[in-house]
Amino acid sequence: MASADTFDPAALGPTDIGRALEATGYLPDEGLSTAAFLALRMHRPLFLEGDAGVGKTSLAQALAEVLGAELVRLQCYEGIDAAQALYDWDFPRQVLHLRAAETAVRADPGAAAGTDAAELERSLYDRRFLIARPILRALEHSPSVLLIDEIDRADDEFEAFLLEVLADNAVTIPELGTIRAATPPLVVLTSNRTREVHDALKRRCLYHWVAHPSYEREVAILRRRLPEVSERLAREVAAAVRRMRDADLLKPPGVAESIDWAQALHLLGADTLDADRAAATLGAVLKYQEDAVRIRDTVLAELAG
Amino acid sequence: MTADPPTAGAPADPPTAGAPADQQAADPPAAGPPRDVIDVVLGFARTLRHAGVPAGPDRVQAMLAALGHLDVLDPNQVYWAGRLTLCADPEDLDRYDAAFALYFGGRRPVRGRAAAEPPAVLRPAAFEPDAGAGEDQETEDRPSFAVHASRHEILRHKDVTALSPAERAQLQRLFALLAPRPSGRRSLRYTRAPRGRVDLERTVRRMLSRGGEPAELLRRRRRHKPRRLVLLVDVSGSMAPYADWLLRFGHAAVRSAPLNTEVFTLGTRLTRVTRELRLRDPDRALAAAGRAVPDWRGGTRLGDTLKAFTDRWGQRGVARGAVLVVCSDGWERGDPAELGVQLARLARLAHAVVWVNPHKGKDGFAPVTGGMVAALPHIDSLVAGHSFAALTELVEVIADA
Repeated sequence: MASADTFDPAALGPTDIGRALEATGYLPDEGLSTAAFLALRMHRPLFLEGDAGVGKTSLAQALAEVLGAELVRLQCYEGIDAAQALYDWDFPRQVLHLRAAETAVRADPGAAAGTDAAELERSLYDRRFLIARPILRALEHSPSVLLIDEIDRADDEFEAFLLEVLADNAVTIPELGTIRAATPPLVVLTSNRTREVHDALKRRCLYHWVAHPSYEREVAILRRRLPEVSERLAREVAAAVRRMRDADLLKPPGVAESIDWAQALHLLGADTLDADRAAATLGAVLKYQEDAVRIRDTVLAELAG
Repeated sequence: MTADPPTAGAPADPPTAGAPADQQAADPPAAGPPRDVIDVVLGFARTLRHAGVPAGPDRVQAMLAALGHLDVLDPNQVYWAGRLTLCADPEDLDRYDAAFALYFGGRRPVRGRAAAEPPAVLRPAAFEPDAGAGEDQETEDRPSFAVHASRHEILRHKDVTALSPAERAQLQRLFALLAPRPSGRRSLRYTRAPRGRVDLERTVRRMLSRGGEPAELLRRRRRHKPRRLVLLVDVSGSMAPYADWLLRFGHAAVRSAPLNTEVFTLGTRLTRVTRELRLRDPDRALAAAGRAVPDWRGGTRLGDTLKAFTDRWGQRGVARGAVLVVCSDGWERGDPAELGVQLARLARLAHAVVWVNPHKGKDGFAPVTGGMVAALPHIDSLVAGHSFAALTELVEVIADA
């Protein structure tokens, strides 16, 4: 197994990445490890879509751990713009700096003769007055993993801007010059499909649909994440969640929900899934009243016998 | 399908099953895959485009690059190299699997897509042979579009361009004047304004450019963002005389606000036609939409298709805060109760729900069809939409919603 410090993705294959991810506690399937491998080798962003709670965001975290890189997260939202994603000038500090220079001149007019206006202006647009927002931070800190979360929440204009940055791996600041990444960050984009992301952006990425895990994998994930939970409970929870996913619900539970549920059951002292405890903890796994009613009548009724 | 010309060097004959296994793949990754692999991949991309996945040349190049890093002899790795680079949408995945199985000889790698299949595909309902009967009654009382509707077009894949009478042509031109657009809502973003709160950032920036002198106070106010408009047009047999015009209305809406409008058709299944309607020319746009919709003049399963819409699009964000317009006569083949449940969900998501029923324009109309009765408690307004005047009224209702 590759250790996190000396991990060199270029020398390895998809299965090695898969194994390294497993070592961090993230259990990928074959498609996901191939996707991660190709993203590293081809230096292409990874575009992940899938139902909420299937582990899109945690993949980026696991990858950062595998690569020993810093994880920089950019959470998108409606109205996000370059100043919040890229960089911003620290205006109050710039004004303070000006005032300080002014006071110095007033106190000692002779000493200030050397510092002319141009130099003062230059000192005003110094790197130390620049606030690095996520994208700039990812470019400055290499290696890094840049997670652009829920890109579908941002506006269309923001996508165009993102394309520009991803193409060059560099940011040009008019007052300061171009800042380029020593090694391009591994970019992971996630989307929940609340709107269609532009083709131009998708075309530059590797597209992967993250599916719900198979039963065996889900049991393995539960066992790995919650070692304190009994094997039997993990199996029963995975089986019940699987049936819920087939039950045509408003919001089918993801892996995140099954982990929550298993933990809730465990905290109540359950070693096995029984109808009473399941009914009491249903809120951990189902988030709609309609769904809860439906499952109570079917899956839980069967549990009760 | 992308309109790319046949790629230079594309093989004349598609390779036989299992072809990649015969190829030599000893080249180092930097040199890219050997020539034979390129031919195989190009052939595969062509198969895929036939299957309806728009795998353009740049995507094919990406697949070749990906194969350069993987083992071309391992079917699983070839499968994933293609799936990661050629697909761009969950709906592409099933087509990709089918094309892969077909092209590479029926071997389908094991993978874990247990419950993530796209929501259930609805079964086609029985064909409605009585589409013409309703039209006859309509022609008696009032000049409606049904008069002009050609009864020969009972093809399920209707060619909407094959209509010629002069009046229709004239009215079609009038549709260019319609600009349905919902009112705005206050957005989180700011814009500069003569009055309002002080815009600290710009004020300080201006101050800095003047050497730190506080000269003037700049102000800002909240921007207005238009609401999304979502049109759901029933294209089943009973709505056939109107569906064409309503889609034309949809085209006008898409043209007037391309980024804030979504159009879907309802019938036995749900089809998104927004992309097709973005074409500038209305006739070409409608022809494209007609090709995309597989269930023209089929039956109606309003409840099920609305559920498909809410599950796949509405709840994820398309319907959130939007003005939702459902165009249907409310003839429901399925269970009307399901329609009520789904509309209740949509009403909770959307800003306003408008129902367009072309029969409302007729004398003696009462919302008595099963679907209408189930829908009534959840809709904000019920409008006619059977004539151009009625559609202009619909524009106003949308703007005031």
